[in-house]
Amino acid sequence: MKKSSKSIFLFLCIAPSFLLFLVFMIIPTFNIFRMSLYKWGGYSPDKTFVGLDNFIKLSKDMKFFQSFENTIFLIVAVSLVTFTMALVFAAILTRENLIGQNFFRVVFYIPNILSIVIISAIFSAILDSKNGLLNSILNIFRDKNAEPIYWLGDQKIVIYSIAMAMIWQAVGYYMVMYMASMASVPESVYESASLEGAGKIHQFFHLTIPLIWTNIRTTLTFFIISNINLSFTIVKAMTGGGPDGSTEVFLSYMYKQAYTNSSYGYGMAIGVVVFLFSFALSGIVSLVTKREPIEL
Amino acid sequence: MKKKSGKHVLIYCLLIILAILIIVPVGWVFMASLKQNHEFYETPWKLPSGFYVQNFIDAWGSAHMGQYMLNSVIVTAVAIVLLLMLALPASYCLSRFQFKMKKVIQILFMAGLFINVNYIVVPIFLMFVDGEKWLKSMGLEPLFLNNIFILALVYASTALPFTIYLLSGYFVTIPKTYEEAAYIDGSSYFRTMVEVIFPMARPSIITVILFNFLSFWNEYIIAITLLTDPDGSKTLPVGLMNLMKAQNASAQYGRMYAGLVLVMLPTLVLYILVQKKLTQGMMLGGLKG
Repeated sequence: MKKSSKSIFLFLCIAPSFLLFLVFMIIPTFNIFRMSLYKWGGYSPDKTFVGLDNFIKLSKDMKFFQSFENTIFLIVAVSLVTFTMALVFAAILTRENLIGQNFFRVVFYIPNILSIVIISAIFSAILDSKNGLLNSILNIFRDKNAEPIYWLGDQKIVIYSIAMAMIWQAVGYYMVMYMASMASVPESVYESASLEGAGKIHQFFHLTIPLIWTNIRTTLTFFIISNINLSFTIVKAMTGGGPDGSTEVFLSYMYKQAYTNSSYGYGMAIGVVVFLFSFALSGIVSLVTKREPIEL
Repeated sequence: MKKKSGKHVLIYCLLIILAILIIVPVGWVFMASLKQNHEFYETPWKLPSGFYVQNFIDAWGSAHMGQYMLNSVIVTAVAIVLLLMLALPASYCLSRFQFKMKKVIQILFMAGLFINVNYIVVPIFLMFVDGEKWLKSMGLEPLFLNNIFILALVYASTALPFTIYLLSGYFVTIPKTYEEAAYIDGSSYFRTMVEVIFPMARPSIITVILFNFLSFWNEYIIAITLLTDPDGSKTLPVGLMNLMKAQNASAQYGRMYAGLVLVMLPTLVLYILVQKKLTQGMMLGGLKG
């Protein structure tokens, strides 16, 4: 076959994908960094180059720090709870002989296939202060005349409500991931440990966790990146950042500045900070959790 | 033995509690979709007094959910077809042939795995705003915003890195002998790819379709950003968001929950049918944030 026909074939196969990828992913990403150096607000067409002004303004923006704090809280709290629950349930479902194993696996994964819009609607129904499912249960134990708990209205509580929704959504996903890597640990390892008298709990900490450590490390990075994203999508659908900024997170604040407020340059500067922050944090976590892989 | 069964009871309790925490809220939405409006002021645990199907009729008709559903079906289908038409040939060539620039293209696509659409949705929007201005200066009709086909194109394009990653992983495992035999028979590059290789990639193609069906069907951040016209076309999740906001004002809970059921039902049915395939595919793909 001729050389030129091969070149044409390769070009026709790759160019369309690559072009669209360039236009809708690479250029927008590049634009975030470029636009963060411009003052470009409202509907005026002129952009003025302002250097790092947007970043200096950002370092004094209390609302940004609140969104920073909320994001960090959600990353840490949601990751810890989800991680523990996913790991324990994965170990139970792979290591124990149970009736209905498959049923539980199927059910636990359901939240992951639902739209975030659905999840926020479900949690709005659960957490409604008057007719919510949660308060109606709690009222059985509480004084009849007590003030209802404002799960979504109280500035101190609402961030926990968001965390609850995020955990509910994520446990099944990570559980299935851990189940996959736990299933690849050979049964003989556990048999010899049992012969030496190691109990199930001991096996969990000294065999299962070290043996799937590589997988755990990967998921820790996922936790950071996906919690930054998930907190945005859930907050946007559930509270819109309110009440009074108490659930504002990184990307919801960026979206608000860049899209709703039309301060594009400023919004993109937030984007740059979040981008760098998530990469730095993932890098640190990945370094800290580095262990020598265990050979069998 | 006695100790063992005691431990098992505890384990079952844990499992059942988590299962209840998931099934009850989801089931409750189905129940609520059949309630009449006044029933929402009673205890939320009461069963619906009858099958109030009017909610679904209202949601479908006066709340435009029928129209939105059609839009969602079109966007999802077009995006998946586009994605496959783009990603299949590209991943085949990238995993099979040697050529200049191959490494650069591969590295860029790999980097694309780390770019999340939530970051770049505003720059994409601004690009379209500029595009509309340009079209206007040329005396043409607006094209980019409020267009569900453009939305589908953005969905397909932003799904490319992950899809190419997944498909390439499969193509490298197919032995080269299949193509060599086809070339000897005089088959062209294109025909070999379409008639010999693609049919073999069926399992991976199904995984790609499953994943992207779920993510396109459920997506709402890009949709809400690019479909700006309040009276224009919307996808189901965007329409639902509007209904949720309107819900407080007009207190029409019933049709909102009916709308939720309409969004949820296709994904649940699909999931129950293919759950094994989906969770296996997830283990294969791994990297889907």
